[in-house]
Amino acid sequence: MATDRKLRGAAIFWAFIVKEFKHVVRDRKSLAILLGLPVVMMTLFGFALSNEVKDTRFVVVDLTPDAATLALTDRLDQSKYFSFAGQVRNEAEIEQVFRRGEARLAVLFGAQFDRGNAGQRQLRLVADASDANTANIVTNYATAIIAQFQSELPGALPTSAGIVVETRMLYNPQLKSSYMFVPGVMTLILMLLGAMMTSVSIVREKERGTMEVLLVSPMNPLMVIISKAVPYMVLCFVDVLIILALSYGVLDMPGGANIPLLLAECLLFIVTTLALGLVISNKVETQQTAMFISLVGLLMPALVFSGFMFPIENMPLPLKVISNVVPTKWFYMIASNVMIKGLGFAAVIKPTVILAGMTLVLLLISLKSFKQRL
Amino acid sequence: MATVVVEHVSKAYQRGTVPALRDMSFDVRSGELFGLIGPDGAGKTTLLRILTTLLLADQGSARVADLDVVKDYHAIRRLVGYMPGRFSLYQDLSVAENLAFFATVFGTTVAANYHLVSDIYVQLEPFKQRLAGNLSGGMKQKLALCCALIHEPKVLFLDEPTTGVDPVSRKEFWDMLGRLRDRGITIVVSTPYMDEAARCDRVALVQHGQIIALDSLPAMLASHATETFAVRGATGGPFHMLRDLRAYPFTKYCFAFGQEHHLVLLPNAPGGAAVEAYMRERGHATVSVQRIAPNIEDVFIELSQPPSAKEPAHG
Repeated sequence: MATDRKLRGAAIFWAFIVKEFKHVVRDRKSLAILLGLPVVMMTLFGFALSNEVKDTRFVVVDLTPDAATLALTDRLDQSKYFSFAGQVRNEAEIEQVFRRGEARLAVLFGAQFDRGNAGQRQLRLVADASDANTANIVTNYATAIIAQFQSELPGALPTSAGIVVETRMLYNPQLKSSYMFVPGVMTLILMLLGAMMTSVSIVREKERGTMEVLLVSPMNPLMVIISKAVPYMVLCFVDVLIILALSYGVLDMPGGANIPLLLAECLLFIVTTLALGLVISNKVETQQTAMFISLVGLLMPALVFSGFMFPIENMPLPLKVISNVVPTKWFYMIASNVMIKGLGFAAVIKPTVILAGMTLVLLLISLKSFKQRL
Repeated sequence: MATVVVEHVSKAYQRGTVPALRDMSFDVRSGELFGLIGPDGAGKTTLLRILTTLLLADQGSARVADLDVVKDYHAIRRLVGYMPGRFSLYQDLSVAENLAFFATVFGTTVAANYHLVSDIYVQLEPFKQRLAGNLSGGMKQKLALCCALIHEPKVLFLDEPTTGVDPVSRKEFWDMLGRLRDRGITIVVSTPYMDEAARCDRVALVQHGQIIALDSLPAMLASHATETFAVRGATGGPFHMLRDLRAYPFTKYCFAFGQEHHLVLLPNAPGGAAVEAYMRERGHATVSVQRIAPNIEDVFIELSQPPSAKEPAHG
């Protein structure tokens, strides 16, 4: 009898999963969102929205051209970060060039650059800082190339004579942003899809009246809810796999991450977002409200408080405190530690425990608030 | 023996300000086809939702198959079938998929209980690959009935199953309900169509959250046999005629009923011939006044008259 009931439970569970998949597959829009969103977001952030510096055009003010200035100009032009956009005569012209957007960097050589002593060679960099981040990166790159050039010049100072600051960008040595954003995008996508899809699909049953029929059935209503969440857990997991495939296959994400650990952490976070979706679906009556709450109530905090777009360390104290209750912050911490830094479980125990605790609380709330009646 | 027992049930919405049911009490006998008949907003859906454990009554108690709707709600959900008022199946699943899904949810299979739904489902079979959302209104209701029946319920609650269904499908639907009743299933069905009362073993007339009459149709017609006249005429618009009839000093109330008007006179009225004379005087030359046996709608209007009111509250 007990096994009979178990079998029946398994059959109901399976029927629900099949039904839910049919809903998703037959609704082209939700299918497009579910599978297209990760691809679109990865492509956007990976290629279009990258703040990586590539082929930045620069102009040169060189009133007394000589071998050294030409060599340096050539060196900059040869690097993949810069491309030579021409000569200008003075600083006024630089501004015009910047205004027209024809270049972002200007290199001004001092008079008689080559003939000066090593200590007197003068060179100025002028960058278009209307986009401060890019200007910063551009000048850093240019400085590095120039320093390298200088050390090769005849008569260069021995390095012991001065302090040479060497900056190493750990974990992302080329300052390539294209895979840096993967943990962030993954956090956003899972938050959005997990919570929105679950809440919308449950609220849809309320709105269409099918929940009314399901409630008046021998099925445990709790089972209704859980079996609605499972298909979306599977779909979110598929999204994680898509994201990882794109990261390693297309974006040249360096290997070394603990993949099983990463997948396990993703699964935990998916459960968190599903629990959030369940809480939402218990409180609202229409699909539109569910979608609105998921978008504004969850996506915005996820974006602001994950540390993905805005570093949390720079926030004023009240916002820092708030960020602690946003689950995305902890998952982003885990994901970037595991994916980018290649750290093991020991490094992410604290955020994992916090995230698991939040998930437990959310699940309890959603169970408590589930309405057994209309 | 009573399968459904309702005792002093009251329910109000919006924090008690909008009453839906007022102190309602009645029984439904085992194996009975019981009709809840009343206009929209009478409280039929609220009552059915309380009986199917979906809503809690503010006051009073109700039992279905000797189980309390509040305490034993889980046991009740195992043995009742429920068909909500609006179409509540998955529109993006096919006919066959809907039936199979609900069979599984109710812990059975279509094959095991096919005999229960066979004579209804046979009509749906040609369309079984069609998405439920693309079915006609009548077909949708038949599919919903199949889904509510597939687990062999002891009691079946149907909320306005024939609303928005064409007359032929309505007749077929009621034939099916009759057959299910013959199999021993107790059926409680609500409807706004007075003419469907004839298909029920007993009917309860519901208005403003109260039962204003409860009996079998013949008994109800016999006990409320008010003298009723059917007035027909060719000249003047129907409204014109209704206005004149209502202006007649001995009219108790009058309402339009299809092509004719049903008129009930005050006790001291001179009779049908006097009405005819009055109407001729008013210019309705071809008027005919005939005494008729009141139908269920006449009884409903009669019973819903506020005491000693001349203007009927029909509509």
